Amino acid sequence: MELALSPEQEEIRRLAHDFAVKEVKPRAQAIDQDHEFPQDLVDKASQLGLLGILVPEEYGGAGLDHLSFAIVIEEIARFCASTAVIIDVHTSVGTEPIALFGTAEQKRRWLPDLASGKRLAAFALTEADAGSDAAHLKTTATRRDGGYELNGAKMFITNAGHAGLYVVMAATAPGKGAEGISAFVVEAANPGITVGPPFEKMGLNGSAISEVRFDRCQVPSTDRLGMEGDGFKVAMRALDSGRIGISAQAIGLAQGALDDALAYARERKQFGKPIGDFQTIQNKIADMAVKVSAARWLTWATAARCDRGEAFTKEASMTKLFATDSAMEVTLEALQVLGGYGYLEEYPMARRVRDAKACQIYEGTNQIQRVVIARELLRAS
Amino acid sequence: MNFQLSDEQRQIKEMVHDLCLERVEPRAAEIDRSGEFPWDVKKLFQEHDILGIPFPPEYGGVSGSALTLLLAVEEIARFCVTSSLILAVQSLGSLPITLAGTQSQKRTFLPPLARGEKLAAYALTEPGSGSDAGGMRTRAVRHGDTYVLNGSKTFITGGSVADTIVVFARTDQDGDSPARHISAFIVEKDLPGFRVGKLEKKLGIRGSPTAQLFFEDLAIPAANLLGQEGKGFQLAMRVLDHSRPGIAAQALGIAEGAFDVARRYARERRQFGRPIADFEGIQFMLADMATQIEAARVLVYASGDALDRHLPDVTVSSSTAKLFASDMAMRVTTDAVQLLGGYGYLRDFPVERMMRDAKITQIYEGTNEIQRFVIARELLRT
Repeated sequence: MELALSPEQEEIRRLAHDFAVKEVKPRAQAIDQDHEFPQDLVDKASQLGLLGILVPEEYGGAGLDHLSFAIVIEEIARFCASTAVIIDVHTSVGTEPIALFGTAEQKRRWLPDLASGKRLAAFALTEADAGSDAAHLKTTATRRDGGYELNGAKMFITNAGHAGLYVVMAATAPGKGAEGISAFVVEAANPGITVGPPFEKMGLNGSAISEVRFDRCQVPSTDRLGMEGDGFKVAMRALDSGRIGISAQAIGLAQGALDDALAYARERKQFGKPIGDFQTIQNKIADMAVKVSAARWLTWATAARCDRGEAFTKEASMTKLFATDSAMEVTLEALQVLGGYGYLEEYPMARRVRDAKACQIYEGTNQIQRVVIARELLRAS
Repeated sequence: MNFQLSDEQRQIKEMVHDLCLERVEPRAAEIDRSGEFPWDVKKLFQEHDILGIPFPPEYGGVSGSALTLLLAVEEIARFCVTSSLILAVQSLGSLPITLAGTQSQKRTFLPPLARGEKLAAYALTEPGSGSDAGGMRTRAVRHGDTYVLNGSKTFITGGSVADTIVVFARTDQDGDSPARHISAFIVEKDLPGFRVGKLEKKLGIRGSPTAQLFFEDLAIPAANLLGQEGKGFQLAMRVLDHSRPGIAAQALGIAEGAFDVARRYARERRQFGRPIADFEGIQFMLADMATQIEAARVLVYASGDALDRHLPDVTVSSSTAKLFASDMAMRVTTDAVQLLGGYGYLRDFPVERMMRDAKITQIYEGTNEIQRFVIARELLRT
């Protein structure tokens, strides 16, 4: 055991940190208040190679590991969770399924543009009536003219309207549950796709989330990912990796909140001394720091496990559950340290609380994480 | 970043696990009930070189790696916390010698401890100075080649069975700065003036003797002064940086032991015609317990790795691991009792003992309130 970042990991952390401080931090407040998709930041991150972290070098990516991916997402989320989730969804659930399950031809077609950030990716699994119960999809893919015709509607699709392609799960054998699902790559230019207006949300205001409809949407057979019936497996593997990203996002939110709470506790004076001198504030700071530290180690351990090629479904769920619950607790507690100022939208703390809530819900609610964990625990001897 | 244990670490962990499963687990309930120090377990650990784990080979030990020690403590505590204290205290009592001793002191005192021929203890706490360790009143006055020790210590784990005890005392009687007036001494139990007082009756860790120690004109050879005179407080704080992860490992082990019992019970216990593990209410309890355990595990191992790599900021990583793991162990063992329902409350099952044993991990080696204070102080300083 040697728990030090490699020089390569240190380097990507510095790169992501500099980007976050110089570019993301000054924009974060406006992105939230104007509900603006930060295309400028996506472009700048693309130029730095941050959209191709997990893509193999032969397809134009950086070919880095999941721990590096977690580091990049955390650094960005310290200042802007909206920007972090755009890159996270693009990288993990959007692009990685193609890298993992695509044919050589499919990888050559799609990965270079995704790695360079020329196109963004999105992931379309959830439906209005199929959230946690993701195997019971109503969107169908029917064989027609040597290809497939997709019909149905997907809900809560991050990066919708900005993505150049969508990884879509649809039922090729309706009624067969998980075994009847297949995965497809559908190009945004496909005339059969309609993207709804972005939803108004509690937080993550810079991240566009919409409904995506497929109406007699023709998809060639060559755009199917994996075999027919592999779709649920593709989706679950994508989500395992996605959960590392969401955990990293949660840690970034919590670390940013802790940083601000620490600075405030040192400066804010009441009763003639900094509030950091009072034990009640010290206790909050210690509890926050411990949670952030535990969440980060857990996430890194899971990322390292994924990179070793071991099964990591249970670990990804534990990490996601722990990191996101911690982020909710830490952001709320940090807001409390700032008192009335924490409640003002003039400062980033209130935004962090709003953004953190999403982390407990998407990429599998934390209740579903517990179901996954318990299933894995009770399966093993 | 490599999260995998080395082959040697894995082997030691498995060896300790298997040995304790076979030989210690069957003794755990009886050790708790009798409240007697388990000399048989001490002998077992000695025979298997487990007591040598805290010591490097040059002093007769088998490892000296902080992480390896944590793994061993974890595996013992999984079955019997009292027994894990035999190893943890052997480490704690010898740490001041390892950290601050001269070559001659190390050569004299460490090998018998590493071989398990002698037991160590660590005497810092007094009735009037617990968290505020600097306020101690035990005093050592220099007379020629000796220091004369007078005073008393309390809550000394293993104090009644130890042969070699590191005692902290004031050497500057008028000083008002703990950083200057405290010194550490190696005291051997055979010296005249050393007396063991009453053993405490406790909520848990009942087979681990918690003793009062009295020193009456006890003459210590000046050669047994550890480090510089007046630098004892700094040494005590350094020792805590190294020993707190041990308590964290103990807490981790207790929680794992309780979880294993709870999971087994959930699969076997049937109500409403099916195993209670089929109910989501139970599943979520198990998921939360396991998640908390895994979070603690990485923190605990990381704190050991930080010590082994001599990182500069071990104070925070050690306190963090201790605080999180011990609070976690309290929650997990309480949940385990709950999951077993009425049976969990009975002495027939081990989880009520584990819950009683878990409580101490939140208190000793610095209460968790002190850990929070330490962590916040370090963070607010930087």
